[in-house]
Amino acid sequence: MVALPLRPATTAQASSENYVPCAWRSPDEADMSAWEVSPMAALRTVDAGVKGAPVGPLVHGPVLECRELHKRFGDVEAVHGVSLQIAAGETYGLLGPNGAGKTTTISMACGLLEADRGEVIVAGRPLTTRSVAAKAAIGYVPQELAIYPDLSARENLRFFARLYGLSAAAANARVEEVLAVIGLAERAREPTKNFSGGMQRRLNIGIGLLHRPQLLILDEPTVGVDPQSRNAILESVEALSAEGMAVLYTTHYMEEAERLCDRIGIVDLGELKAEGTRAELVALVGEHDRVTLEGTGDLEAAARACKSLSSVRAASVQDGGVQLIVDSARSVLPELLRTATDAGLAVSAVEVDEPDLETVFLHLTGKALRD
Amino acid sequence: MHTALVIAGKDLRQRLRDRSALLMAIVVPLVLASIFGLIFHNAISGRLTFKLGLVDQDRGPAAQAFVAEALAPLQRSGLIAVRREPTLGAARSATEQGKVSATFVLPAGLSAAIGHGRPSTLRVLGSVDATIGTQVAQSIAQSYAERIDTVRIASAATGATAIGAAQVAATPSPVSIADNSTKSRQLDAGTFYAAGMAVFFLFFTVQFGISSILEERRDGTLARMLVAPVHASAILVGKLLTSLVLGFASMGVLAIATHFLLSAHWGNVLGVAALIAAGVLAATCVMALVATLARTPEQAQSSQAMVALVLGMLGGTFFPVAQAGGLLATLSLATPQAWFLRGIEDLTGGAGPGAVLGPVAAILAFAALTGALAFMRAGRLIAP
Ligand SMILES: Nc1ncnc2c1ncn2[C@@H]1O[C@H](COP(=O)(O)OP(=O)(O)O)[C@@H](O)[C@H]1O
Ligand SMILES: [Mg+2]
Repeated sequence: MVALPLRPATTAQASSENYVPCAWRSPDEADMSAWEVSPMAALRTVDAGVKGAPVGPLVHGPVLECRELHKRFGDVEAVHGVSLQIAAGETYGLLGPNGAGKTTTISMACGLLEADRGEVIVAGRPLTTRSVAAKAAIGYVPQELAIYPDLSARENLRFFARLYGLSAAAANARVEEVLAVIGLAERAREPTKNFSGGMQRRLNIGIGLLHRPQLLILDEPTVGVDPQSRNAILESVEALSAEGMAVLYTTHYMEEAERLCDRIGIVDLGELKAEGTRAELVALVGEHDRVTLEGTGDLEAAARACKSLSSVRAASVQDGGVQLIVDSARSVLPELLRTATDAGLAVSAVEVDEPDLETVFLHLTGKALRD
Repeated sequence: MHTALVIAGKDLRQRLRDRSALLMAIVVPLVLASIFGLIFHNAISGRLTFKLGLVDQDRGPAAQAFVAEALAPLQRSGLIAVRREPTLGAARSATEQGKVSATFVLPAGLSAAIGHGRPSTLRVLGSVDATIGTQVAQSIAQSYAERIDTVRIASAATGATAIGAAQVAATPSPVSIADNSTKSRQLDAGTFYAAGMAVFFLFFTVQFGISSILEERRDGTLARMLVAPVHASAILVGKLLTSLVLGFASMGVLAIATHFLLSAHWGNVLGVAALIAAGVLAATCVMALVATLARTPEQAQSSQAMVALVLGMLGGTFFPVAQAGGLLATLSLATPQAWFLRGIEDLTGGAGPGAVLGPVAAILAFAALTGALAFMRAGRLIAP
């Protein structure tokens, strides 16, 4: 793992006011009228409602601390020595390809899965699968939809609100707030099996917000979501973070990590390869450029041949081309093209980029983030 | 406890919304009980008499013994009426014309064959239109044949070479036909099928509670519950509560409905309540145990259905197995259903609640055994 200076954990302190998620702004046609309101309007509506402080004592240390987490499934070392800290108001992204160990890591971070080794501390309290009090500080949004299809949106929310210990009256009030925020107030009585995919996703996230957690854990919440809903989800995470919530966000989309996260941990094969702000991570690549050779032919052979050049740091096959990290694109490009063509690649386009997280991933792991 | 109640409340709401669950718990047992009750009402209560034919080609002591020992008591009780036919041909046409449901054929030389320990065949000619009557005739013939076999084995053991037919007749039957008819009367058809169907479907009804954990694991909602600040055990308790409530509700509704709709006589209320309580507990424990052995909800549902079916059949909820005697009757006592019906039988006969202590204890023992096994394996259920 590459050591980087930790950014001061004071982006935003946890405020004593309630967390107010923003309104969703990318409606499904079906319920456009219900929630085509500006985020600020929604904020005011909610402010007028129940005033509540985040659950649990305000802590000044990290809201989440994972120390040396290990988890193995049979022969698969799913998570190997992952440590991370998240402060109040900070959004931390775990960026890595499918199978990197993101879900396994957050399953341990939210007390769903027992770690083989290592510990998790949430809001100053150690967390195990048997903890009860410490779990109250966490809101969890699983990767897959986890709602009851035969119950209405309101019944789903009420059930989980009661499970999180809200009294009947408090649960009812809070459920109406969350329904407004996720834009489902008009359709609250319908069984959720009638909902569109985007609406179900919103409910899935809404359940995680019911008890105003100090730490919100979202596992790839935008996978399989249309671009509009995706944007709405990203906006609401930004708003929650601005309100002081600590957010742990996993994704395999570089753009999401770049947009949302104050700090990013790059994971691959169960290990945290590097951690830091976007700028810090990009600096790791140094004065390098990313070159993408698009074309057809023997991509594997072309990648191998290019890798043997002294100025090429990493090379990997991506769909429709070869991705390379080189010392200086301008001077190496002619040689690169010659080598690739000789190896059997019919080059159709060449792209040279400033390094981004994609480049960082390639640099650190020798492979592309998305295959 | 608060969490368990919240979970049970949610589960019950889901079940109420599920038409098939309601159908299975209330409507199907009620309909089946009335159908079976109608079909068997007359047969079991003795108001219907099976007309059986008899062709006596033997005219020996064995035939006399058959008539006197096997047929006469049943005739007296009114369950059967016997009509003698002069020839096999006449018997055949009487059977075909439906004048009798079935005919016994005692072949010539039956007495001699029995006397010398030679095999001989007592035939039953059945009418295809009267399967129940044929079954009655067959079971009478069967029990008589078994009796002869017993004597034959006994005499082989004592070294006797020939057996008098009188000896056959004097030997007490291992399967008492007389018992058969009197016992059937204790539980009238309406009550028998009301209780039988209720306890049969009880095992299907309670399965929804506990095996829904497997569904929730598949759907990710179990993980959501486990991440909430609740004890894992509260989830289990909630699911058990769901099963118990469903069980009590369906049994209560069925007892009341069959009382009014099918004139079932369940007997002493306290006794019935004790039997129902024990039965619901046992059903829940059995189904919980089966659920802990399954990996997917589909697996759980099919094995639970299988267990409920086998226990129900063996327990005599469809056919009064206990009256068949022998191995089956003994085996049936290994099911809570059989004890439940036995308890209801006692209550219907007018006994007070004290009479069901035995059956209740047997059912509770069943619940305790399966419940303990389920408890030992319960951790698997709530693993994420
Ligand atoms: N319950 C499990 N049993 C066996 N292997 C698992 C289990 N969960 C995850 N894995 C394996 O652990 C690795 C990491 O998986 P996961 O944490 O789901 O990755 P990600 O969320 O980053 O896609 C993968 O190789 C996956 O196959
Ligand atoms: Mg995952």
